Amino acid sequence: MGQIAGKSLTELKRLLDRGEVSALEIITSFKEQYESDRKKPVPLNGYIEFFSDAEELAVKADEARKTGTSGILEGLPIAVKDNILISSRKATCGSAILQGFTAPYSSTVVERLMNEGIIPVGRTNMDEFAMGSTCEYSVYGSSKNPVNREYVTGGSSGGSAAVVASGQAPCALGSETGGSVRLPASFCGTYGFKPTYGSLSRYGLVAFGSSMDQIGVISGDPDDIALVISVASGFDSNDFTSEDVDFSALFPLKRMRLKGKKIAIPEELSGEGIDKEVGIVLERFCSWLRSEGAVPERVSMPLLKTTVAMYYIIAPAEASSNLARYDGVRYGLRDITGNNLEDLYVNTRTKGFGDEVKRRIFLGNYVLSAGYYDAYYKKAMQVRYLLKKELNRILEEYEYILSPTSPVPPFKLGSKIDNPLSMYLTDICTIFANLALLPAVSIPAGTTSDGLPVGMQLTGRMFGEKGLLRAAKTWFLKGRRGEI
Amino acid sequence: MKYEVVIGCEVHVQLLTKTKAFCSCENRFGGIPNTRVCPVCLGLPGALPVVNQKMIEDAVLAGLALNCKVASVTGFDRKNYMYPDLPKGYQISQYDMPVCTGGKLDIETGDGKKSIRIIRLHMEEDAGKNLHLEDGSGLSYVDFNRCGTPLLEIVSEPDMRSPLEAVSYVQGIREIMKYLGISDCNMEEGSLRCDANINLWIYEDDKRYETPISEVKNMNSFKAMRNALKYEIKRQLAEWGEKRLTLTDTGKVTRGYNDRTGETVVQREKEEEADYRYFPEPDLKPVVITKDLEAEMGKRVGELPAAKRKRFVSQYGLKKGAASVLAASKALSDYFEAAAKGYREPVKIASWIITEVGGYLNTEGLTIEEFSLPPENITKLMEIVDSGIISSKIAKKVFARMAGSGESPDTIVKKLKLNQITDRDKLEGFVAEVMKENPQSVADFRKGKDHAIKFLMGRIMKLTKGRANPQVAAAILREKLGDG
Repeated sequence: MGQIAGKSLTELKRLLDRGEVSALEIITSFKEQYESDRKKPVPLNGYIEFFSDAEELAVKADEARKTGTSGILEGLPIAVKDNILISSRKATCGSAILQGFTAPYSSTVVERLMNEGIIPVGRTNMDEFAMGSTCEYSVYGSSKNPVNREYVTGGSSGGSAAVVASGQAPCALGSETGGSVRLPASFCGTYGFKPTYGSLSRYGLVAFGSSMDQIGVISGDPDDIALVISVASGFDSNDFTSEDVDFSALFPLKRMRLKGKKIAIPEELSGEGIDKEVGIVLERFCSWLRSEGAVPERVSMPLLKTTVAMYYIIAPAEASSNLARYDGVRYGLRDITGNNLEDLYVNTRTKGFGDEVKRRIFLGNYVLSAGYYDAYYKKAMQVRYLLKKELNRILEEYEYILSPTSPVPPFKLGSKIDNPLSMYLTDICTIFANLALLPAVSIPAGTTSDGLPVGMQLTGRMFGEKGLLRAAKTWFLKGRRGEI
Repeated sequence: MKYEVVIGCEVHVQLLTKTKAFCSCENRFGGIPNTRVCPVCLGLPGALPVVNQKMIEDAVLAGLALNCKVASVTGFDRKNYMYPDLPKGYQISQYDMPVCTGGKLDIETGDGKKSIRIIRLHMEEDAGKNLHLEDGSGLSYVDFNRCGTPLLEIVSEPDMRSPLEAVSYVQGIREIMKYLGISDCNMEEGSLRCDANINLWIYEDDKRYETPISEVKNMNSFKAMRNALKYEIKRQLAEWGEKRLTLTDTGKVTRGYNDRTGETVVQREKEEEADYRYFPEPDLKPVVITKDLEAEMGKRVGELPAAKRKRFVSQYGLKKGAASVLAASKALSDYFEAAAKGYREPVKIASWIITEVGGYLNTEGLTIEEFSLPPENITKLMEIVDSGIISSKIAKKVFARMAGSGESPDTIVKKLKLNQITDRDKLEGFVAEVMKENPQSVADFRKGKDHAIKFLMGRIMKLTKGRANPQVAAAILREKLGDG
């Protein structure tokens, strides 16, 4: 059987289905992995909480498998970002303001997975309310990059990427608003997938930038992602923006014949501003694509220069409204040391939110306020419309858009935390997919000379998840054959 | 001093949809606090709104009844402000894509008919209710049962020139909403709320001066509305005399009406007015209103109460009072017209429906929509009375039975043998007549031919069309034969 921790969800499913391993053995093995890491001098700090009853649930899953009442994911573990609700579990979004909040209901994605028997094993660390690119803005402290613990995991789903990359979970749910799944996947050397906006229900995902938020999946194996998406996707009557897509046949993935497929590489994301070592990995990735018969071409997409500006208007605007509900009146932190209602609001929110969250609330309220709305929010939405149109036009001609996932390789903890603007620029390659609602996958494509992971990103057409994941699988198989 | 009163109204109407505007909670007045709530209307993290289609239909229906133009696409926006009764920190409302625009409502004034122009009609959700304890504890509680109740906001042009006109306008709105069955418009329960904007145009030295606008709130009855507006006129005149302030000096002031003192008091000055930072609600895609839906709702609007009232008087000869009662509800007026169809005395039917049907519904606590008795049965019952078979007193008994059981009046009359003639005096008349016309048979019987009585009974039955009670008739016949 070999070691369990480190195996993918699909491998474990195969073993479980054949009865070669029990759910209890699987969960215990991942738990041990987590426990042993916690004892290290610098723990990864990927999990905020590993559920103490996970093994009990595994025993039940083993029974269900015996009695033939099991779902297709029965007994398989998954780690869940701290902003995706699981009924009767805590959910804090890495924030002090949600301390003590227990979810009274499950998110649709978790519910669908649990209906098939999956066991959420723990909550993973994240930048507060998913606002950040390093997983350093968490009330629980930063997560560390498993490849080198002096480095950031990337964010905001840093905990999810860290537990997957370190074998503490085979697979994890993260969430994206501007690259929060793909960036940490890239920094930690795993696959990270953001579905098309609307493919997965947002019900029960704590809102940040509602027009871009989307649950994503992190794993070392594209087939895991396909398996999770196939179960969790599709129309949800609780989410008015969810789409009636059918990805039930997504798993198992076939490899993609890339021969003759045209791939667009935006000039704006492949030259100036891109780290040299990242550029080298991009070139190597292009060589591989050519060797498969694909045709990568450089294409100018000037609007991509505006995405960071656009994003840091739209996302904070929506966030300022979405975070208004954390007022100390009904749940979470509540500071009643003041004298009146305004004191309750001010004291609770001053104490409960971290600096980055406050920064974005200020930004958002500013761009929405009377007299500034037209100049900022409205203009950003207009440019967003143009961007969508432009990218969709390019994707009619090209199969994918290829770029690095991040302009830079993983950087050291603390190196950008005092420079928000340089932090924001980390998102320059990922944001356009969120703004244009497109599906995108980060592929572990190589390393720097220091051995730090570098991810390449393929972005596909609206609801083109299948084609994207099959391309990722093709790369994955190549790696398995030892060709890279 | 020559002056004109200028009034515009914002009317909020709570819809009677089964469920709330954006979730599936029951939509009903009152209840134990915080029992009709769910994650959506409580604004819990991760919860998302879903548009209630019935609310859209009701809004289109109301808009068409108010002669509005219906939008082909309507969108929702967030109105951002923090208050404990507003759990999300924003209200879902409509800003620049309201469902209906540009309508009018005709009112009766002393000088005849007058059209009040309607600027727009939009949908939004109601807030919860703050309850402030008055036990000295200083504690406040929030009841979220009302939170998420669908509202229509109807905004008029400042076309009204007196408190009386303003009251007529709101009464007109109320009549139509009730007629369409989309709201019960109960001002005391708050299912109809009106804010009035009022100021004066004062003509002095060939110039027109506009006094500061007061937005008057908290008018919980038509009487309160009339008094509040009358008070405002007096107050603004006095203020003009004293300070000569104009609209450009102070802008708009929000004032609350106090029913006890009969005065209005300042609630909010213009400087304190909130910046609501409206932006399109990202959780809800714009809703398309098809031409089919508009046509269907147009058909449902049909003839409105005012026109119907007139027609009932001219077509059926009803008195104004009866016409008003029947025309106030679409279901009731349809019921009346169905029953009156093909019956020569509609006035009689009208009074039957108002007193008997109305009384029955009242005691049973039913609405006319829930009344299962086909209107044709009322017509039939009237005809039975007309033919003299039963008296109108008996008819009330028949009605009580058929309202409960749904049986036809014929069946009930037969079952209860209400059609038999048992009255001795009446039967004696028939017996005498038959004996007089058949002297031979009478003579035969008296000679001992017993069978002759059968023949005579046969004649009695024929004469009464079978309605004579045979036992009573036979007894009388034997008596009379014996007498000879």
